[in-house]
Amino acid sequence: MVLNDIEKLLEKYNNAETTLQEEVQLRAYFANGDVAPHLEHYKPMFLYFSQSQQEQYTKDVPLKPKNTKLYQWISVAAVVVLMLGIFIPNWNNGPKTLADYPPEEQKMYLETKAALAMLSDKFSDGTSSINALSLASENFNVGLEKASHVAEFSKTTNKLLKN
Amino acid sequence: MYRRKYEEGNKPTLLPIKLVMKQADFVSLVMPFKDKVFRLAKRLLVSREEAEDATQEILLKLWRNKEKISDYKNVEAFSMTMTKNFCLDRLKSKQAQNLKIVHSNYTDNNSSLQKQVEARDSIDWVSKIMEDLPEQQKIIVQLRDIEQYDFAEIAEMLDMSETAVRVALSRARKTIREKLTNTHRYGIK
Repeated sequence: MVLNDIEKLLEKYNNAETTLQEEVQLRAYFANGDVAPHLEHYKPMFLYFSQSQQEQYTKDVPLKPKNTKLYQWISVAAVVVLMLGIFIPNWNNGPKTLADYPPEEQKMYLETKAALAMLSDKFSDGTSSINALSLASENFNVGLEKASHVAEFSKTTNKLLKN
Repeated sequence: MYRRKYEEGNKPTLLPIKLVMKQADFVSLVMPFKDKVFRLAKRLLVSREEAEDATQEILLKLWRNKEKISDYKNVEAFSMTMTKNFCLDRLKSKQAQNLKIVHSNYTDNNSSLQKQVEARDSIDWVSKIMEDLPEQQKIIVQLRDIEQYDFAEIAEMLDMSETAVRVALSRARKTIREKLTNTHRYGIK
């Protein structure tokens, strides 16, 4: 390429009026080696530009599929469960006194109560008869003692008879 | 993608199913410009580690919003804008949080001259010159001279008019040229 053209291009280049093609020409000229001495100082610039284009990004980027949304919702669900745990027992308080239950249930309740009362009556009867038994066993013991007296008496009579 | 739905009279009608982007689709969408995102981040944040972190952050943000991605007209331009904003925010919060003792906090003419002499012939010197440019000019030089976007795209990414982009670019190029000419002359002397 004629030196004159290069000088013109450089002039345009410095005014930022060159097209991309013209800049490619300039880079090619300065990459070539034999550069006119008065343009020598441009050389490192264009060489640097060409060199810088080579640099590459070599690191790997960890691309994970998006599952962060799920984790966010788990915490929300946990909070909801907690709240339910706190509030649900209060909902279940319902009717409290006998009058609040329906009449059928009231009736059943009274019947069961009467039946249980009867049962407990019989039970206490049973206990009193057991008391009588224990009285009898006491008397029995007394009788036994008396019997042992008799045994003693017979021992002494035997001794007397031997003598 | 369409699903057939049979209504009364067995007339098949076509219902559009929401397009679900798979990982492979996403990677092939992002592949062409992830290096550009990284290079822009590195241009602004300078350190390689920070640029890598920023790129990862941007890509993850895109991945998280993958449902909305099809709504964007130009995903690449959108990503570049996002990168620019993200890095500028990073820089701002870093400045606000901790004032470190870095080379810009004190000037030591001797050592910087030393550096100039050392880097004189190497291409690294250009990157040092670019570090000193204002942020916006840095971005524009990066997008134009390195990534070779046309002016309309750059204007869209930066939310500027094309003329403003040209003016800033011209200023940046002239600054770089001047600094290079100076060091070149030092070299001759």
